Formats: sequence, structure tokens, C-alpha cells
Amino acid sequence: MSFLTLFIIIPALTVIGILLCKKHMQVKWTAVVGMGLQLILAIGLIFLFLAERRSGNMDEILFIQDNVWYQTLNIHFFIGVDGVSVAMIGLTALVVFAGIFASWDIADLPREFFTSLILLASGVFGFFISLDLFTMFLFYELAVIPMYLLIGIWGSGPRHYSAMKLTLMLMGGSALILLGILGLYFNSAPDGGPLTFDLIQISKIQIPVDAQLFFFPLLFVGFGVLGALFPFHTWSPDGHASAPTAVSMLHAGVLMKLGGYGCYRVAVFLLPEAAHQLGWIFLILATIGVIYGALGAVWQKDLKYINAYSSVSHCALVLFAILIFNETAMNGAIMQMISHGIMTALFFALIGMIYGRTHTRYINEMGGLMKVMPFLAVAYVIAGLASLGLPGFSGFVAEMTIFVGAFQKIGTFYRVATIIAASSIVVTAVYILRVVGILLLGKITNPEYETITDAKWYDKISVVALIFGITLIGLAPLWLSDMITGGLGPIMQKLLAVAPILN
Amino acid sequence: MFEGVPLTWFLITGTIMFFIGIYGFLVRKNLITILMSTELILNSVNINFVAFNKILYPDHLEGMFFTIFIIAVAAAEASVAIAIIINIYRRLVNIDVEKMNEMKY
Amino acid sequence: MIDFSYTALILLIPLVIFVLSGLFGNRFKPLVSGIIGTAGLFVIWVLSLVTAYQYFFLTEKAADGTFQELLAVNIRWLTFSDKLHIDMGVLLDPISIMMLLVVTTVSFMVHIYSIGYMHGEKGFMRFFSFLSLFSFSMLGLVVATNIFQMYIFWELVGVSSYLLIGFYYTRDSAVAASKKAFIVTRFADLGFLVGILILSYTTGTFDFITLTGDESPAFTSGQGIWFMGLSTMTWSMIFVFIGGAGKSAMFPLHIWLPDAMEGPTPVSALIHAATMVVAGVYLVARLFPIYTTTAPVALDVVMYVGAFSSVFAAIIACTQYDIKRVLAYSTMSQIGMMMFALGVSGDGGHEGLGFMASMFHLFTHAFFKSLLFLAAGAIIHAVHTNVMNEMGGLRKYLPITHATFLIACLSISGIPPLSGFFSKDEILAAGYEKSLLLYWVEMIVSGLTAFYMFRLYYSIFWGKATQYHHTPHEAPKTMTVTLIILAVITLLAGFIPFSHFVSSDRIPFAAHLDLSIALPAVLVGLTGFFVATLFYRKETTIPGQIFNFLGGFSRAAYHKFYIDEFYLFVTKKIIFNYISRPIAWFDRHIVDGAMNGLSYVTNEASFRIRRFQSGQLQQYALVFVSGAIFLTLFFLYLWTH
Repeated sequence: MSFLTLFIIIPALTVIGILLCKKHMQVKWTAVVGMGLQLILAIGLIFLFLAERRSGNMDEILFIQDNVWYQTLNIHFFIGVDGVSVAMIGLTALVVFAGIFASWDIADLPREFFTSLILLASGVFGFFISLDLFTMFLFYELAVIPMYLLIGIWGSGPRHYSAMKLTLMLMGGSALILLGILGLYFNSAPDGGPLTFDLIQISKIQIPVDAQLFFFPLLFVGFGVLGALFPFHTWSPDGHASAPTAVSMLHAGVLMKLGGYGCYRVAVFLLPEAAHQLGWIFLILATIGVIYGALGAVWQKDLKYINAYSSVSHCALVLFAILIFNETAMNGAIMQMISHGIMTALFFALIGMIYGRTHTRYINEMGGLMKVMPFLAVAYVIAGLASLGLPGFSGFVAEMTIFVGAFQKIGTFYRVATIIAASSIVVTAVYILRVVGILLLGKITNPEYETITDAKWYDKISVVALIFGITLIGLAPLWLSDMITGGLGPIMQKLLAVAPILN
Repeated sequence: MFEGVPLTWFLITGTIMFFIGIYGFLVRKNLITILMSTELILNSVNINFVAFNKILYPDHLEGMFFTIFIIAVAAAEASVAIAIIINIYRRLVNIDVEKMNEMKY
Repeated sequence: MIDFSYTALILLIPLVIFVLSGLFGNRFKPLVSGIIGTAGLFVIWVLSLVTAYQYFFLTEKAADGTFQELLAVNIRWLTFSDKLHIDMGVLLDPISIMMLLVVTTVSFMVHIYSIGYMHGEKGFMRFFSFLSLFSFSMLGLVVATNIFQMYIFWELVGVSSYLLIGFYYTRDSAVAASKKAFIVTRFADLGFLVGILILSYTTGTFDFITLTGDESPAFTSGQGIWFMGLSTMTWSMIFVFIGGAGKSAMFPLHIWLPDAMEGPTPVSALIHAATMVVAGVYLVARLFPIYTTTAPVALDVVMYVGAFSSVFAAIIACTQYDIKRVLAYSTMSQIGMMMFALGVSGDGGHEGLGFMASMFHLFTHAFFKSLLFLAAGAIIHAVHTNVMNEMGGLRKYLPITHATFLIACLSISGIPPLSGFFSKDEILAAGYEKSLLLYWVEMIVSGLTAFYMFRLYYSIFWGKATQYHHTPHEAPKTMTVTLIILAVITLLAGFIPFSHFVSSDRIPFAAHLDLSIALPAVLVGLTGFFVATLFYRKETTIPGQIFNFLGGFSRAAYHKFYIDEFYLFVTKKIIFNYISRPIAWFDRHIVDGAMNGLSYVTNEASFRIRRFQSGQLQQYALVFVSGAIFLTLFFLYLWTH
């Protein structure tokens, strides 16, 4: 048995532990211990993985475990990791850990809240480690459904509307994914023999091009909905605006990455011919998304909306990079997912903390917060600078990898798309600095704010953990980029087999 | 006793009773009348059973048994139904079936 | 062979100081953090002096007398692909060492000065940690071994400039200015980035040594026509220059520089006069072999933009009243001259005179301009205003400031034997060889420079004796010391035989003073000086009359030719209202409306359907019976046929 199973067992045990707790404090500390262990485990996984690779173990997938759990349909509990999923697991563990601390203040029904939150997290972990399409889908649903409760019960504003909208749109997406997965399943044995959901096995065979052309759009759009593909992104602003802090963090930080990861791991990896033929359509959508999200953010007045649109822009960049189909850009896409995950989680955490103190999210109603809450304000500036791609933070590394990679792709179409996408860095600077200027700098506009307090210890843990993440990647990106590149071999092989002059 | 009466006659009688019952069930508003209509439907079935049994398989008794069985069940059902109707009447002072639409959308 | 790997310390020390004071600064007393920062700067100043000495005098040159390019440190930072990777390192060659000296010296002076100037300010500690961040970034930019490292530090100097301009963050004008500076340069950086992308794609490398070496792939690939009749390489160099123009405040990307004066004065001296703003010149100089060899059109762009900016800024400078803004426009004008000098230069030997002149002017300008700013700081410190109309007769109160300011004014006006004379003379000489017209343009700029500098000088130190609230007094020792040191450097720097160290092909050559060029230049400078004396020494009405005589033109110059208004119009009116707002609307109403419409249709359908569930028992029974009958008949039909 592989120790990866622990990534599901620990959250499960934590949930049981939380359900047994009686007091608020016990609930929180159980959650902290559970997710702390998870974080340690994730860091351990990174080190173990790197050690295995250094010792010359070049298997495509490491730490494999394979159990059959439904013989009739040949469904397996098949788990294992490569460089990409290790990175994603690290991201998830960090964001969940920070999220627990960011929701320290939760007052009503804390037990139920943390249960749903950790349930969601376990879904995400399960998604990233599983290599069986059906199991993967199962975990995907497990991650999406608690979201409804979390927003509907603990949210703010028009929470029922947002929760319903978000869940319905994501469910629509998963319906497409299910169709796509079934399509893969029934095409998984073209020469006869048992059908399989096994991702690795499917990747080794040639799926008929007709089937690919039919199922690729289903899968890509299905995952793309979660990855905020234009024009299926509208759940994101409303959902984020209504969600409680930790949920926004997890959702933007991790759940949206399920979309990007799915596009990468399932849609493009398993259906390369179709990806090659149809990729340009989605590339146009992604390019629109990049610039559209950024420009949309400029006009917003609600902090969460600004950040939601910024997420749309950044996540569209992930899809953009995936669709370039070369190794550098693909690497950049994965790094962008990680970078954006931590960065946006930091943003939402800070917005939640600011909102908890000022009770408004409208930037025009605030001002001069730097004076009264220097810690949060400085953290917000750091998050902002990271988001606009300043060197030294993770965003720069990811974006530059994407742009350099994308520009290597031959063809005026791709060049123009790259330059349009790259111009988003200017727009990003505009809306970030606009917020920083209005919100944090200047004089204190509302005398009531003179008395509000700065971050508490638990806020600080959450913020510092995330800032540590972005600066670590920003200052020393080489290990991460090498780890990811190591995992890109199989997909690049498949793509190169389709069109030899991709690079 | 029934010698010479063809089976068809029984069946026609049964069918007429059955549809009278159906008609009553669908049209009458009074719950008691509806209950009586159900009895009519059941009895039409009974007639068919008995007739088939007597004329087609005179050596067998299954049709008779079934009829007696249905009569017993109908009696029980009638008592339960009347109990329900009395309860409804106590609550609503009314036994009009159209007023009883609590379960609509 | 000398091991230069210690030069890594030049980058590491300020970085460590920044991180430490950023994290633990609150625990120290303010003064301690200032002293730590200054001490750190002193160490790296000494280190760079040692580096310069070892490099220029102790390192062997190549066989043909070329100064070598040394990779002191080079560490892999990020891999893009087999060919493309970003390294972090230290590249030593004559221009990077020259810049090292400039940056560390000015930065060190500014540190000392700031201890006095910022004394008692609230964010003293923050100020010094930002200064360290800036020093780190600027030094990293200067010693970059590859263009991507340069881009990284380029962004970092941008952000430290942003932080320092917005240092007084409770002041709205400072916040707006910092935002403007960042966004305008960011826009230019996009050009730089695109330039890098094109360059790296065509040549397959980021590395400076490869790019500018004799065998450079930039000389062979990307020569074909690509777009609008220019080759790929030309376009890439033009894009790179856009980045440089943004940082160096060249027209039309200059609008942020005057506003940047909202920052504390030492910052203006360090960042917006001596170091960061010349990064654009340095960038072009770095890639100079590519410009001359394969992208002469791009070099012409550099020349025209530089020449235009210099005259444009000089005219505006004559009309401004805020002393820091006058200096800012003067900086822009001087940088325009440097760009112009690069633009007229050829490669190698005497052909490369312009290159040498540009670097020389960069060198001398850094000192006298930072001196001007620091002296201006001392004046503002004494009278608490920026506006020259509210000053006058200060020479009695501020003797040291007065003397040093005068030296700097003479230097920038090109009066021998001060440093500015030598470097400006080389620029004019180089310009003369290339284009007579532009030579005369630069001559006029030279005269205008002398005019507006002495206008400034007389308005501050002479003229009517203004009544001050409290008697102005000379600045504290930490400030005056730096003024004196910089004045001494300004006096002496001109005698450095610069062409023996810096040249376009790194081979030393001898540059001579050409009297036929020098004499008219000096005369023009003196004319400017005399006109200013005539107008401003005593209060006269002549300037006002001339201002009115020129009418619209002078009003336009006073309003900086309405460039700011134009940008505001484009950003606020067009981009905000006509792009961003419709997109927000589109998103809410069209895209989201479609999604909501979908759910509305579903809702409506189910609302219609639910009417079947009427609650009428008999209705259900009817449906049931008719269904049963229908099915019976249907199956009967099927059975019989």
C-alpha cells in the first residue's frame, strides 16, 4: 500500500475527530492538527519525490497503489503521482492549512463548517492523486458538492443565489466531464479486451480520431467551466463574492486548479489529436479571457469582485499556456496554477480579514488602512505585487515561463495571442495599484476605522504561510520547474507524435 | 341455477358495473359515494371471477376463493376508509373530495 | 587571474540588509537601521572601488588591448528550455564597472545625506530598507549577465521607485504619482518584454556575452524583413528601446518623471537623477553592438527620440517654478542628450566616440545632478517650500549649499573646467560628425540648459530677500558633507581620461578636446548664463514680457505641452469608460445574462409542468384510467396486427 492513501485517510480521520468534538476550540484544533499533518505529509512527499528522482527512479508515476473496487466495470482505486501532481498536492496542503486559520473566527456551526471544508479538501487531494478516471471523477464531485453547503450556509450577500449558480454551473460542467469520461472508457480498448478507466493505460493507446474530436470539447469545456474558461466564468465572481473567506481561498486557490489540471491531464493528455485540431478555438477563448478578466477587474468596486475577475484572467492564462502545447509553456501553466493558487488564496484571506474589521468590501468606502492595520496592508501590497508579476514572487516566474514558451511556438497567430496575453500585465498593474492606492494609502476616510485592530496571531499564521509560499517559489524556482518538467515527458511525447514541429 | 345463461351476459353485466363504478369514482364529489363506487368496481370483478370459475372450470374453486377473499378485504378496506372519512369530516366538516387538495404542488 | 567572485557580495549585502530591516526593523531604533544601511553601502562602495581598480589596472587585457568581459558569478536560476535559461550573476566589463561606481557612490552619499534629511520622519526605518532594496535592484541590473536578469532587476527598480515615490503614503499626490510612475514604466516594460521575446526567439539566447560577441547570433539571424519593411532584429531592438525609454523618461513616456518628484528629495537624487533613469541609456549601451551592426534604424530611433526629448524637456524646464520639477525636466533633457550621443555613435575606435561620450556624460551627470538634487533638498529643508518664487537671497543663509549648487550649475552648463564641460563637449563632437542639424539642436539645448539652471540659481540665491517665517539655516553636517564630496567629484571628474576605460568595442582610445567644437559650446553656455543673469539676478519684468510675447507657445510649455492631459484623457475617458466599463457591463448582462437566462427557462418550464400536480384526486384517477385504457387498446392493437 502506498503512503499516498494517507492523503485521503487523514482528512477522513479529521472529519470523524471533528464530529466527535464538543467545544469550538476542540473543533478548530482538531482541524489544525489534521491539516497540519497533511501539510507535513505534503512537504514530505515533495522531498521523497525529489529524492526518488535524484536516485535515478525515472518511472512515469511514483508511489503507485492499485486496488480494484468495482470489478464489473473495471474501476480501480489507482493512485500515484508525478512531478505535476506532487506540486499540486503541495499547493493544496498549503492553502487548506492557511484556510483553517483564516476561518478561525467562524461563529455559527463551526463543526459543520470545518467538516465540509475538510471534506472538500479530501476531494481535492483525492483528485490529484488518482489515476483512474472514475475515481478521479468521484473525488471531483466530492470536492464540488460541499461548496454548495459552504456558500449557502456560511456565505454572505445573495448567498443562495450564488451557491445555486455556482453549483449548477459546475454540475453542468461535470455532466460534460462524465460524458467525456464514459466516451474514453468505451473507446479504451479498440482492439477488444476489457474496457478500462485507467488513465495511464488509456494514454498508451490510440483513440480513434472521430471519437477524440467528439469528446475533446466535452472534456475541455467541462473542466474549463471550473477553470473559468471564458464565457463559462460567471459563477466565479458571484460565487467568490458570497463565499466565506476560507471557501473563497480554497475555491479560487485550489478548486479552480482542478479545472486546469483536468484540462491538462485528461483532455489534452488523452486526446492529443483532437487537442491539436481544435485547440485554436479554445486558445482564442483563453486569450480573450486573459485580457477580458483583467479589463473587467479595472471597473469593479467590490474587493472580492476585483479578485474574482483577476482570477479569471490568471486562470485563463493557465488554459492559454496549456493550449500552446510546448514544454516550456506547459511548465509555465502548472507553475501559474500553483502561483495563482497561493496568491489568490492570500488575497481572499486578506480580503476576509479586512472585511471582518471594516464590514464593507467596497473600496470607495475605505481608505488609509495602512495606518491602522499595517500588517494586513503590507501583506496586501505584497499580494498585489505578486499578482502583477513582480520578480521575486511566484507570479513572475510562471508568467515569464508562459510568455517565453508561447513565443517559441511558430506561427503569427500564436505570436499575436502571446502579445495580447502579455499585455495583461499592464492592466493587472492598473487595477492592483488602483486598489492599493484607494484602499490602503492616503488618509483614513472613515473615523470609525481609527480604532480597528491589526491582524491577530491566527491571521498572521495564515498570511505568513502563504507569503512564504509565493516568495519561496519566486526566489528559487528551479527545483519546482525541474520537478514539473520531469512530469511533462509523456504528454509532450504524445503531442509531438501528433505534430512533430511543435517546439 | 344459471344453466343456459351464456358467459357473455355475465361479462357484460360485470363491465357495465365496472364502468359505472369508474364513472362514479371520477365524477362524484362525496367521499362516501366514491367509496361506494369502489365497492361497485370490486363487485364487478367478483362477478367476473365467479362466472369464469363456474362456466370455464367447474371442477375448480379458485375463483370462489378469490371472490370471498376480495369481499373480506373490501369489508376491511371499507371500514378503514370510513374511519378516514370520519376523521376528515371531523377536521374539515366536509367530505367533498375537491376541497381536499393539500397535496398539490 | 583575479578571482572576482567576491563581487556577489555587492548584491548580497543590500539584499540582506533589506530583508533584515524589513522583517525586524521595528525592533531597532530608527537611527540604528539608518546606520546599518549606510555601513552596508560603505562596504559595497569600497568593494566596487576595489573591483574597479583590480579590473582596470590588474587584470590582463586581451591581446589586442580589449578589456575582457568577465563572468564573476553565474548561477542557473530558472530553466525555460534547453537553450533558454535565466541565470543570476555578475558580469564585469568597463561599462558595468563604471555603473557600479556611479551607483554605489551616489547611493552611499544619499544614505549619509538621508540620515540628516529624514531625521525624525515617521518611516525612517522603512525609508532605509527601501533604499537598500533599491540599491540591490539597481546593482543587480547593472551587473546583469543576461537580458532576462536585467529585466528582472528592471522590474525591481521599478517597484522600489514606486515604493519610494509613494513614501509619504498619506499624501494623495504622492500616491497618484507613484501609481503613475509604476504604470507608465510598466507599459514600457511590456515593450521591453516583447523585445526580449523576439530577441530570444530569433537568437536562442539571453546571454549578453553571446549576444554582443563577434559571433553573435543576433548578427546573422532575424535579418529578413518581418513587418513594415523592418527586420525582426530591428523590431526587437525598437521594442527593447521602448522599455529603455520608459525608464529613462524619454518622450512620450516621460510623464511620470516630473510627478515622481513627490518622493523625498534624496530619492529624487538617487533614483530619478543619477541611477534608475539612466538605466535606459545603459540598456541601449549594453546591446550596442546589435544596434550598430544589424539595427541601424532602431539606432536612428534612439537618436531622434533622444534629441527631441532633450530639446522638449529643456523648453519646459525654462517655464517651471517648482525647483524639483525644473531639475526633473533638466534630467530628462540630459538623458535625451545621452540617448542622442548613443544614437549618433558608430562602433569601434573613434567612430564610437558617441558611445564613450554618452557613458561619460552619464557618469558626470550622475554626480552633478545628484548634487543639484541634494542641494535642492537642503534648500527645501531650510525654507519648507518647493516653489522658487517663495525663495530668494538665500546665499547668505546657506553658504555651503550655495557654493556647491553653483559648482553643479556651472558643470551642467558646460563651463570649463568642470566635469560637465568635458562630457558635453564629447557629445557635441560626436553629434557634429553625424548630423549638422541635430548638432545645432543640441547646441540650443546646451544654451537653454545654462539659461534655466541659472534662472533657478538666481531665483533661489539672489533676487529679492524674501521674508521667511523663521530664519533659514544651513543643513546638518551629514547633509553638507555629502554636498561637498559630490562637489569635489564634480570638479575633478572631467579630468578622468574616460576613453581609456570605456569605449564601444572596449579597446581604449584617445579622445581629444576639439577646440572648434568646444569653443562654440562654451560660448553658447555663457550666453545662456548671461541672459539668465540679465533676467533674474535682480527682479525684472523682462521674463514676464517674453513669456507674454510668446503667448500660446509659452503657455503650452508651462502646461508641459498638455501631454499629461492627453494621457489622462486616454486612460480615464477612453480606457475606463469605453473599454473597461462596457466589459464589466457585458459580463454582467450578456455573458452572465445568458447563464441566468438558461436557469430562467428551466425554472419557467418546471413551473408550467407542476400545474399538472393539481391535488385533485379524481383528476389523477382520470389520467390513470385513461392511460390504462389507452395502453390496453394500444397493446390490443399491436397484438391483433
